[in-house]
Amino acid sequence: MPDGASPILEVQGLQTVFRTRGGDIHAVNSVDFHLQPGELLGVVGESGSGKSVTMMSLIGLLPSPPAEVRAGTVRFGGDDLLRMPARQLRDIRGARIGFVFQDPMTSLNPVFPVGFQIMEPLRKHMGLDRAAARRRAQELLELVGIPDAARRLGDFPHQFSGGMRQRVMIAMALACDPEVLIADEPTTALDVTIQAQILELMKDLRERLGMAVIWITHDLGVIAGIADRVMVMYGGQVVEQAPVRALFARPQHPYTRALLQTVPHVTGARAERLKVIEGQPPVLSGPPRACPFRARCAHAFETCARANPARVAVGPDHDAACFWDVDRGAPRHV
Amino acid sequence: MSETAMSDRSPRPLVEIRDLRMHFPIHAGVLRRRVGAVRAVDGVSFDIHEGETLGLVGESGCGKSTCGRAILRLYDITSGSIRIEGDEIGTLGQDALRPRRPRMQMVFQDPQASLNPRMTVARIIGEPLDEHTTLSRAEKRDRIYELMDAVGLNRNFANRYPHQFSGGQRQRIGIARALALNPKFIVCDEPIAALDVSIQAQVVNLLEDLQDRFGLTYLFISHDLSMVRHIADRVAVMYLGRVVELAPRDSLYGAPLHPYTQALLSAVPEPDPDLEASRRHIILKGDVPSPANPPEGCNFCTRCPQAMPICHRIDPEMREPRPGHFAACHLHDPDHIPTAGSTAANDQPQQGE
Repeated sequence: MPDGASPILEVQGLQTVFRTRGGDIHAVNSVDFHLQPGELLGVVGESGSGKSVTMMSLIGLLPSPPAEVRAGTVRFGGDDLLRMPARQLRDIRGARIGFVFQDPMTSLNPVFPVGFQIMEPLRKHMGLDRAAARRRAQELLELVGIPDAARRLGDFPHQFSGGMRQRVMIAMALACDPEVLIADEPTTALDVTIQAQILELMKDLRERLGMAVIWITHDLGVIAGIADRVMVMYGGQVVEQAPVRALFARPQHPYTRALLQTVPHVTGARAERLKVIEGQPPVLSGPPRACPFRARCAHAFETCARANPARVAVGPDHDAACFWDVDRGAPRHV
Repeated sequence: MSETAMSDRSPRPLVEIRDLRMHFPIHAGVLRRRVGAVRAVDGVSFDIHEGETLGLVGESGCGKSTCGRAILRLYDITSGSIRIEGDEIGTLGQDALRPRRPRMQMVFQDPQASLNPRMTVARIIGEPLDEHTTLSRAEKRDRIYELMDAVGLNRNFANRYPHQFSGGQRQRIGIARALALNPKFIVCDEPIAALDVSIQAQVVNLLEDLQDRFGLTYLFISHDLSMVRHIADRVAVMYLGRVVELAPRDSLYGAPLHPYTQALLSAVPEPDPDLEASRRHIILKGDVPSPANPPEGCNFCTRCPQAMPICHRIDPEMREPRPGHFAACHLHDPDHIPTAGSTAANDQPQQGE
């Protein structure tokens, strides 16, 4: 991982609220993170943890209303994406920042051939003419491993299988050589053997193209296989952040620990009984005034109900937002 | 308890499935003529013993859910035999099935879609009691409370509606409904697929507790191979409408015999970066063929990394290379053992097998 270089993307104090009839939902609460050039940052969390909303907020893809990005800065190449005219942001989206979503069928337009859809950003953002865009589109389909690419440019999305559609989505995201690729659960809807194909493709593409990637998932196995660094989200906040090996070897937040213990494995020892995280994820109806995990936490003590813990350094490039020191088994001295 | 379950393997299995087929017709043209069939389940056989959990795994479209539904006779099956406690139900009409339904129940994948949003929890759980029993109102209410306690739902919520519950709690409602009539056999069709990771373990532990307490027998259908390894005693792997491998859990996960099972297991990413860095993933090429038009020979031959010429011609039979461990693959066929190495030189046509 290229350390020391200045980050390609730097997010600070991001706060996103959904205004609903039932009151505000504080989906993202003062989230800070950065992305180094060429690295793959894994973002782990359960539904409602704020992982997708965070990424959608920073590229201005949330519908407003009901969403409202209330605070924060998103530094990308010297600019603040949150304070940029919509037009300029549109030029960055799809060109310098590409994205891939979970369900390719809802992101592809069913009435146009995929070739046309891949060529569109090439002509719009890169100013290629028809013939050049077509050549590039074919190259891209070949790059993501779609056989018989020239012929398949004329096919419609429904003529592709799920795995092939996801490859098309990746080809589209890569069309303009983005510096950053945001992938939101790109393999969750796929079968494991197809997921393995896509993960392999992703590793290969990163080696060849060297782009930085944000990979959102709830699957710790996927993260273990592809991420350089991991950010764990819970209740709209980042609760832990660490290089991938450190996170799995010595998780410091009780939520990360519990999550790692609750998932069964296909190899190694088999637990007779699964460890359980009791209770439910929090309802984010107000700004956080206490630790969002305290109700389900085995280590919660009185401080946890009084204040929301800040992220503190717990190791090299490793921080956790918790008042409890799991190594010492005692409250942390901050 | 578990001791009897272990030694009681000799008596008749609770569920016996033989050569089950479920084909869905394809109609086309102006006259809607039948032009073919989707062979969703195409000759499946297995037993499930009393008190055990049989895991049924495979990728989407392999026919595992159809198989589960066909066994409970939610479909009129194309052919085959389904015996539950020795009682043949494969050919029965819906009227004859009705009195037998209390014995066999189902837990569905999506608790959102399988619970009526206009009914209270008490009515949802009580509906099977209305249909199949003559309990008085008070007896019904007591039974509903008892079921809510059993699945860990607060009795005070009996008059709430499904939307007022979280995904995990809704799945508990679905489980309580399935338990209402004291079934012996429950088909769990992807019961945790729609739930978050931290909630999945809660529901799986509940299913295990209920199995111990009420002596239930499960067919646990899932695409989650790690969860199946946790919950199942034996595991059947399906591919394109067929069971390709069937074995006790540790034998299947420890030493899978079928190349498809091997690829499937190696494709599951493990939550361990050091292990992931050293693990060799078998990457299968291409996609699953259409069940309307399965390939000649072995169903898996189009994607199999070890396919031999014979695999493209002859459909392999189910064999038992290790005691209790079945696989349908020519690699494990004593008549077609490939010569050392991987050349398929001794692939002569063998008649009369």
